[in-house]
Amino acid sequence: MITIKKKKNSRALKDAVEELSGVDLSVCYQCKKCSGGCPVATLTQSRPSEIMRQLHLGAGDELLASDLVWMCVSCEICSARCPMGIDVAAVMDALRRLAIERGAPKPEGNVPLFNRAFLKTVETFGRSYEIGMITAYKLGTGKLMNDTEKFPAMLKKGKIALLPPRGGDRKTVKRIFRKIKERKGAKA
Amino acid sequence: MRYAYYPGCSAESTARDMHQSTLVVAKALGIELQEARGWTCCGATAGHQTNRLLAVSLPAANLAKVQDMKLDMVVNCAACYNRMKVANHEILAHSEIRQGVRDALDRDYDGSVRVRHLLEVLLEDVGLPTITRSLKHSLNGLKVACYYGCLLVRPPGVVKFDDPENPKSLDRLVTAMGGQSLDWPCKVECCGGGLSLSRTDVVINLTGSILDMAVQSGADCIAVSCPMCQSNLDLRQQDINKQTGKNYRMPVIYITQLLGLCLGFGPGELGFEKLMVPATNVLKKVNERA
Repeated sequence: MITIKKKKNSRALKDAVEELSGVDLSVCYQCKKCSGGCPVATLTQSRPSEIMRQLHLGAGDELLASDLVWMCVSCEICSARCPMGIDVAAVMDALRRLAIERGAPKPEGNVPLFNRAFLKTVETFGRSYEIGMITAYKLGTGKLMNDTEKFPAMLKKGKIALLPPRGGDRKTVKRIFRKIKERKGAKA
Repeated sequence: MRYAYYPGCSAESTARDMHQSTLVVAKALGIELQEARGWTCCGATAGHQTNRLLAVSLPAANLAKVQDMKLDMVVNCAACYNRMKVANHEILAHSEIRQGVRDALDRDYDGSVRVRHLLEVLLEDVGLPTITRSLKHSLNGLKVACYYGCLLVRPPGVVKFDDPENPKSLDRLVTAMGGQSLDWPCKVECCGGGLSLSRTDVVINLTGSILDMAVQSGADCIAVSCPMCQSNLDLRQQDINKQTGKNYRMPVIYITQLLGLCLGFGPGELGFEKLMVPATNVLKKVNERA
């Protein structure tokens, strides 16, 4: 059984998700093939087919706190196998964007922080810079010591670059980030 | 055979071995790779999880550069390959996205650059007969579990790469090199991708079951063509061993490294020293002349 917990005045997510993802949620007939193939469905409280059903039944912003939203690995098995051709992975992307926009509670592991740290290095250097990103992410989470035992071996093997990347067209990338921010500002 | 080459950010850091072996193999097989000048990040998973237009504009900046070179784009990183293909698809399918990209890049890009994975170039343009003729060594029956992961084959309607459930590109190369490509069920399973740092527990769970199946299938090594798959499967083995008491020592090798060995190059030229789990068993087998 699927239960929807809905707060009063909470906006239904369905329209926003359909608009952002271009998906028609009503064609899902709950065959659960997406959940069957999902590599993390055994680790999460909620499964993709349940998220689809809850959206369809009018779930509100509470759904953005589902653990699957940030544990989804974007492997796209769900989209590839859906008999109705629903891009379930695009629905998950839409939920993540809405979770950020609407200030949903921070998930365990803080993937949004990781994404921000990653994109910040891209905005700065034009290319991603792993050590910069890892440092920013670790400072943000406070878990400084995770994985540090691997760094000496990785550096020695040349398995990770010490210095920031050079040679990328930073100007164009900065412009892209600026334009996206302007757009968001105009929309709000 | 001339192509515009997009190395991707990993090529300069965690996947230098992929980059290095790609260049060596390409040169030996007459594939001319011209690096796209000023190439930038494709946005990866962080990009498409954050903003749709950002996720299309970042790859499009590179596709536009390649359009000026009047060449097809060759990518070896499965994740970058996927983002390039999706960007073309989005631009062709949605005029408002194309308009948004034009505004972001300050130039128009029509979605028409042909994006190829290196495996497609090897199998379709160079061809197995030419590759086979160029081989100096054999894999000598090495048992290889070919692992494709997610982004090379999905979404199938967009990437149109091989069979999405049972791809054979890597297997065909391994067989041509005299290896034994294994029939195993994890070819297109997920390694956990970009969750490596943020949800290491999830990655350990997923890579653990892939490694377990590779061991059970009798694999001597796993062959990959994606830097994310390589680093999750290779780098996380010591964590899995520590946390679960297993004792995996499964080398996870780029297909270009295996091909390079068979073309007669030494492990040093192909970045073998960068693997966290050493490929000693593989090197020994290949060097024994049959």
